[in-house]
Amino acid sequence: MFALVQDADFDHGELYARLKQSADERASGNTGAIVTFTGLVRDFNNAGDIDGIELEHYPGMTEKALMKLVEQAVVRFSLNSAGALHRVGRIYNNEQIVWVGAAAQHRQAAFDAASFLMDMLKQSVPLWKKEFKGDNSEWVAAKASDDKSALKWMLKK
Amino acid sequence: MQITVKTFAQTREITGEDNIALNLSDSSTIEAVISQLKTRSDKWTLALEGSVLTARNQELCDTDTVLSDGDELALFPPVTGG
Repeated sequence: MFALVQDADFDHGELYARLKQSADERASGNTGAIVTFTGLVRDFNNAGDIDGIELEHYPGMTEKALMKLVEQAVVRFSLNSAGALHRVGRIYNNEQIVWVGAAAQHRQAAFDAASFLMDMLKQSVPLWKKEFKGDNSEWVAAKASDDKSALKWMLKK
Repeated sequence: MQITVKTFAQTREITGEDNIALNLSDSSTIEAVISQLKTRSDKWTLALEGSVLTARNQELCDTDTVLSDGDELALFPPVTGG
């Protein structure tokens, strides 16, 4: 299991290998499905074009909150392992911003866990986005639809 | 007792203060600290009037949480990662 917060871009192959190795160590030969998700920066928002985003975090807490979420996913979906990575700092359009991965015995648990990680991350991990265009920048407001997605998991048994 | 208050994102930008030490009476709640901070300046009043999340020693918590000497209290807007 792992949770990483970093400025630098990331490599899918390395993260997949790390997740698979972790799953093998925890449950050798038992993994039948690995689902990964990658989020990218879109080049527009409600007001129009943007150049990219700047992500602020709470050093120490952000890493802990992300790891806690990974551990919750492993328990809740009986995963063999899971991992998450979130970038911080300045990230330009079309660049990768977030990655989550789940390794399970069967595919449904892996799909559900990846979805859970993303929905909950948007609600409980201290990260704040600011969109910028040239010298102007604006904080992104929290979305009610994101709260709803997280609530869905909290209410589901 | 003394605690440290940290702010992030809009809360940090509006108040212009990201790390302050506060002297409080023992067993103060977060709610009491927020009321006290609102009187610190107009900027703090503005920063704390909207939706603000609170974390004690890097764990999200409710505003009725009682603080202890040496605690780190963080105040920030709803998160927008992902």
